[in-house]
Amino acid sequence: MTSTTRTLKVEGLRKLVEELRARGFTVIAPTVRDGAIVNAPIESIDQLPRGVGDQQDAAHYRLTERADGAYFGYAAGAQSMKPVLFPAEELLWRGKRDAAGAFTVQPASNEGGPYALLGVRGCDLKAIHIHDAVLTSRGFSDAHYAARRAGALLISVTCGSPAGTCFCASVGTGPRPSEGYDLSLTEVIKGSSHTFVVAVGTERGAEIMDALGASTASEAEMAAADDIAKDAALNMGRELNTDGLKYLMYANAESSHWDDVASRCLSCTNCTLVCPTCFCTSVEDVSDLTGQEASRHRVWDSCFSEDFSYIHGGSVRESPRSRYRQWITHKLASWEDQFGMTGCVGCGRCITWCPVGIDITAEAAALRGTPSKARK
Amino acid sequence: MPDAPLPKLAVWKFSSCDGCQLSLLNCEDELLSIVGAVHIAYFPEATRAVVEGPYDISLVEGSVTTPEDAERIHEIRAESKLVVTIGACATAGGIQALRNWGDIEQYRSIVYAHPEYLSTLATSTAIGDHINVDFELRGCPIDKYQLIEVLASHLQGRRPRIPTYSVCVECKRKGNICVPVANGTPCLGPVTQAGCGALCPSFARGCYGCFGPQDSPNAPALSDQLIELGMTNDDVIRVYRTFNAEADAFRAESNRLQALPGPSKQGAAK
Ligand code: SF4
Ligand code: SF4
Ligand code: SF4
Ligand code: SF4
Repeated sequence: MTSTTRTLKVEGLRKLVEELRARGFTVIAPTVRDGAIVNAPIESIDQLPRGVGDQQDAAHYRLTERADGAYFGYAAGAQSMKPVLFPAEELLWRGKRDAAGAFTVQPASNEGGPYALLGVRGCDLKAIHIHDAVLTSRGFSDAHYAARRAGALLISVTCGSPAGTCFCASVGTGPRPSEGYDLSLTEVIKGSSHTFVVAVGTERGAEIMDALGASTASEAEMAAADDIAKDAALNMGRELNTDGLKYLMYANAESSHWDDVASRCLSCTNCTLVCPTCFCTSVEDVSDLTGQEASRHRVWDSCFSEDFSYIHGGSVRESPRSRYRQWITHKLASWEDQFGMTGCVGCGRCITWCPVGIDITAEAAALRGTPSKARK
Repeated sequence: MPDAPLPKLAVWKFSSCDGCQLSLLNCEDELLSIVGAVHIAYFPEATRAVVEGPYDISLVEGSVTTPEDAERIHEIRAESKLVVTIGACATAGGIQALRNWGDIEQYRSIVYAHPEYLSTLATSTAIGDHINVDFELRGCPIDKYQLIEVLASHLQGRRPRIPTYSVCVECKRKGNICVPVANGTPCLGPVTQAGCGALCPSFARGCYGCFGPQDSPNAPALSDQLIELGMTNDDVIRVYRTFNAEADAFRAESNRLQALPGPSKQGAAK
């Protein structure tokens, strides 16, 4: 029955969150914190950012008010679900030396979850599947990620109001998620009617809809949801021409344009740390003063940090020029050779949260020698 | 563990506010294990007991601002196996290095009733300008966990885990919302070295740069953005001329801005 589209009213959304909690899920959903959309555990839909919109441009993010009382009326928030499934800092093990001098190691246990991730955007949903491929489908699987991911329920939403930095339509990840979800909501508000048209992606999702007694969506409701997705696709703030992009990047490996970017880039790492697909980490060991206890942590790292490419004798990427080139070439070209897919899902976060507004779409366009589409 | 003699630790003060030494005393929970791991041989802020050198580890706080300082620091170097400077004063000359842009004779005559009793240098300089320093610990004041890490790594014969990347890394790992992007608040985090745990941005304030420049600072690019956010040229000069005014990248940038054509109320570039 996974193909039947359902509808929920606002009360149905409320019950959905209650149902998920009753089933033991930690529900992670968008909330407002410090002037931004931040994913956090919620207990009720009253914690969702109702009537909140956003305005995003290069190095610019502001929340706005919406008169329509939408629950999902904003675009990509400050972070994707990456901090939930692949946290910024993770304890790997603790070790202790006993009186005899022997060392015992205790692996870290995975706490929290299972997670129900609610309100996942198309771009961020695709990013989760990219992480699945990167972190769990190769020679060595990331056990911590795999454990969190295995139990996670994915409830995505259609973006009805893309932001000025969005370009998911260019890379085919949105604005309406097309696969890889358990349930996918499209919020439809017309006059006093406020409904969520729910596409069902898995048996598990269908079963939850049955438990809630969700009705089958009418033709008109489904058409309204389609229109929202179509309009949103025409309303992207940015655009990325993906035609021959990989070869364009490789052909420009020695472009003088990298010097131009380097004159603006701060090597601050923000772009990589907000990117939902970036997965680079480093391992840090901590020991106490007496040398009796130690622990190993995995922390987010970035190709923009000098130490990141440090090997015997020095850093491979000493110049900021080579670091920016590494980042954009990995995202738009070598990722494809490495994992068979593009590394950019078009969420626009690297543009919004770059403190100096360096724009991946504009840099790619500059390498191509064409003007970029930046909506001001 | 065999009873090898504990390494002897000395703490020295030059021109400074004592804040970094207080960070050491502030280690409360960890103080006992520090005392168990090293023999505190000289630390006037904490104890009157004095043990003669040589010392295994010397922590040096403060900058060199008098002729006596300039001599004493060489004696300390000669008596110490490892010299670790602690804080912005010792590492970059501190806030008192603002005198380096001023006229010391003028200050003397205005501030002191009897300037003739005063023997001072025209500049405030980092310890590293006078002697070889084995490790420089940043911050105004330093972070106590970083200090413990430097001591622990030395005792265990490994490299200290003191990152040199930007404050932004700590900010993002903590899940902070970026204050310049979401609020238009000027922030020096992108050019500043991590270590404070992104303290100011965690309280919705911009970073003041008290840990000095990160390993790959691009201050001119950040200045453009600070001006975009509404700061004047003079304001930007001022934010670089605080605790780490004499750190290379910050000094170069404040001087560059100073030399730009246009009116300025700041002192002349050096
Ligand atoms: S490269 Fe930028 S736009 Fe693409 S997925 Fe990463 S943060 Fe989003
Ligand atoms: S762009 Fe940089 S940080 Fe991101 S995955 Fe590639 S190498 Fe890692
Ligand atoms: S591109 Fe922007 S966010 Fe990325 S390192 Fe450079 S300045 Fe920072
Ligand atoms: S608030 Fe400041 S330190 Fe934090 S990420 Fe933004 S620019 Fe960097």
